[in-house]
Amino acid sequence: MYFRLKNQVLPVTMDKLVISDVTLSFGGLMALSDVSLDIEPGLITSVIGPNGAGKTSLLNCISGFYHPTSGDIYFGDHKLNKASPHQVSNLGIARAFQNIELFGGMTVLDNLLLARHQKLHYSILHAVVYFGKASREESKNRRYVEEVIDFMELEPYRKHTVGSLSYGIQKRVEVARALTLAPRLLLLDEPMAGMNIEEKEDMVRFIIDIQKERDATVVLVEHDLGVVMDISDRIYVLDFGVLIGAGKPEEVVKIPQVVEAYIGED
Amino acid sequence: MKDKSQLLNYTIPQLLRWRVKETGDKVALREKDFGYWNNYTWNDFYDHVRKIALGLEKVGVKKGDKLALIGDNIPEMLFMAIGAQSIGAISAGIYQTTLPDEIAQLIDYMDVTVVFCDDQEQVDKLVEIRDRIPRVRKVIYEDPRGMRSYRSDDWFLFIEDLYEIGAASNAEHPEKYDALIDQGSPDDVCHFCLTSGTTGLSKGSMMTHKNYINMGIQLTKVDNLEDTDEYLSFLPFAWIGEQMNSFGVAMATGITINFPESVETSMEDLKEIGPHFMFGAPRIYETIRSQIWLKIDESYWLNRLAYQKFIKIGEKAARYRMSGERMPASLRFSAWLGKTLVFDPLINQIGLRRLRRAYTGGAALGPELFTFYQAIGVNLKQIYGQTEIVGIAYMHRDGDVRPDTVGKPLPETECKISEEGEILSQSPSVCVGYYKMDDKSEELLEGGWLHSGDAGYIDENGHLVVIDRVADVMHSNKGEMFSPMFLENKLKFSPYIKEAVIFGDKRDFVSALINIDPIVVGKWAEDRGLSFTTYMDLSGKPEVVELIKGAVQDVNERAEKDHFKIKRFAVLYKLLDMDDGELTKTGKIRRKFVREKYKDLYEALYDESVSKKKVEADFQYQDGQTTTVEAEMSFYTMEGVA
Repeated sequence: MYFRLKNQVLPVTMDKLVISDVTLSFGGLMALSDVSLDIEPGLITSVIGPNGAGKTSLLNCISGFYHPTSGDIYFGDHKLNKASPHQVSNLGIARAFQNIELFGGMTVLDNLLLARHQKLHYSILHAVVYFGKASREESKNRRYVEEVIDFMELEPYRKHTVGSLSYGIQKRVEVARALTLAPRLLLLDEPMAGMNIEEKEDMVRFIIDIQKERDATVVLVEHDLGVVMDISDRIYVLDFGVLIGAGKPEEVVKIPQVVEAYIGED
Repeated sequence: MKDKSQLLNYTIPQLLRWRVKETGDKVALREKDFGYWNNYTWNDFYDHVRKIALGLEKVGVKKGDKLALIGDNIPEMLFMAIGAQSIGAISAGIYQTTLPDEIAQLIDYMDVTVVFCDDQEQVDKLVEIRDRIPRVRKVIYEDPRGMRSYRSDDWFLFIEDLYEIGAASNAEHPEKYDALIDQGSPDDVCHFCLTSGTTGLSKGSMMTHKNYINMGIQLTKVDNLEDTDEYLSFLPFAWIGEQMNSFGVAMATGITINFPESVETSMEDLKEIGPHFMFGAPRIYETIRSQIWLKIDESYWLNRLAYQKFIKIGEKAARYRMSGERMPASLRFSAWLGKTLVFDPLINQIGLRRLRRAYTGGAALGPELFTFYQAIGVNLKQIYGQTEIVGIAYMHRDGDVRPDTVGKPLPETECKISEEGEILSQSPSVCVGYYKMDDKSEELLEGGWLHSGDAGYIDENGHLVVIDRVADVMHSNKGEMFSPMFLENKLKFSPYIKEAVIFGDKRDFVSALINIDPIVVGKWAEDRGLSFTTYMDLSGKPEVVELIKGAVQDVNERAEKDHFKIKRFAVLYKLLDMDDGELTKTGKIRRKFVREKYKDLYEALYDESVSKKKVEADFQYQDGQTTTVEAEMSFYTMEGVA
């Protein structure tokens, strides 16, 4: 009984995430104005921009925390404009938060098992009896979580409470939590913030592996330009809620507005 | 106990076949994977080896070909090794921490044609040196993660595909495998074991089937093992100690080998398995003791009190037990009480409760550590030997454990001391020589005796006492002899000292560079409200240096001779590390290299006017970037040392 990635059935049809003319305003403040971008399936797409540019607002719109004031968000045929977070998550879109959103007093394993609660299908009666369906579901659940633990190399921390782990490891658990939902689209909000060089290197390797081995589409919001330039297939640049540049890494660095807004003037 | 000497007529694959007939349905190997312990019975083991052997034959591996193994310990490592041996090929282990450049040299030296890697990390090293190893025809990998882009290249082969090739071949000719392994003879070379390489590139000692199997038989003559016993495989496979167990001991006795989930989790896995016997380098036992001390320290007052009381009783009882003398009844009672109340629960927490015997080898262990382990109820014994004799020539017997000796020779092992004081031995486990190094082999086996290169003597009880490497023994300016390793070990007995390097060859006095133990000293500093940032910062704290000074003072007070006393020392700003070439792969100090690298510090140690010195330290990150950090190091002169 070995679980091998090689034998895993991978999703064949992959949906494109299309954001068209999305505007998000809070009273007079325009967090996003007429932003249009395509997230191509199977690629790593980065969204960069200075603080307050609207990057996290954009992710919040996709994941259903905010609803755009105008414009449309489509994931395949599904319209996400008014979708709630759990509906978005059921479509296969998962998110790792910038500020770690885990239960600090629970173990890594419990955090991950809990994250999959919506994938568990048994009734309260089954749960009371436990033997039979509930136990089968739970062991399938555990199996999947263990596969993610192996993927994110979290074995040494399985039974540690999250609060007792270093920041870098907690970030890794945060990404693992998103992975337990078997996402087709993974939203990563600054996964490398506050990490040292070694931890960043590890995280970069994980992100590339998530894309390559798990065939997931990755949307990366990140400040570390070096990392973004290295691993992105496509980059979008936001500034004050306006999209000011898009393209491959080598194209983006040549756009004058981008250089001015993000990297600064000479 | 059954006589096992008939096993000497087998090769390792033949022995595996015999074992399958004896206890085919018993668990042979157990591996933790995805959080579960998965079992392989001897039948499964045999089946996998057969598939690998026939698969290798199909992809063109022939008798005499060399197959290198690089990676963490996994069952597949054994399948590959014994599979290769089945067709008369020779397996060779390379340490998983070896850098690409050195791998290229080793592969070239050993004429390797097939390499087995456990994961992408190792495969990538080979990709880096691919144009330097033209003779390598196939790279077989176990973990498919990250290997997608390589799959189209037929230089690489996934182990599952190899199994399929082998299974197909077996289905076609079911009798072929038996015929193949029947061609082997016990005296054939089956494995190259790399020496630790303290003095340069490792040498490959050529081991035969008989070498390993004999060790399995002789070792169990001294300390019997049941086929229900458990063993945890956490030593690097390239090390002789691990091969001794997996090729020799396990097959001769039928014990179960357990493979930890990952290197980082091996201490956790130890707890889950609760092995009956274990081998380890002194470092492992030092680490475990530090863990115990920390546990006690963090415990509440009643536990601490009970521990402090009973450890003294335990040590007293341990002295009786080690010498085999009868204990007075009162002591026996209080020792039993201590064992039941304190030590059994304590060692159960670490996973040592079921342990009948623990062996330490590879380097000397402080006598205090023996007493400590014996006191808490762990039967720790010293072994002595080297790669070229499959690890063990001498070992302690139960009830005759003398901490300052390495015990008596194994059965069938003859030993003597040469006129120069070098330890010589003879046994069926002595290797054939080094691969492609006839002059070195001749030196090694001169006159039919294995020359260990260690200086030692036999004491009045017939126990061997090892002093140091013949080449390492130092002489002071006045011609007085001392062993740096001996002094380093004494320093390392302090829980605060992780590593120490002793200097003093052809100098007026002995001096030392010391590494503090980051965990124990870190905890110590925390308890005192001493704030620190990095290892470098902690090392430089005056309070910490005072602490170390106390430890050095302690060693000086107990010095047997005056010229053993350490006069000056400094606390080094970084931990000595294998990746920086300061330690060998087995964790021994490369003394000459350290002296060259820290030349400025060495000179400052011998310039008594220097008490502070600015040093620039270069650090290299994994991605190749370097930074330079400036630090101030302090040098201390001990009072009362001439």
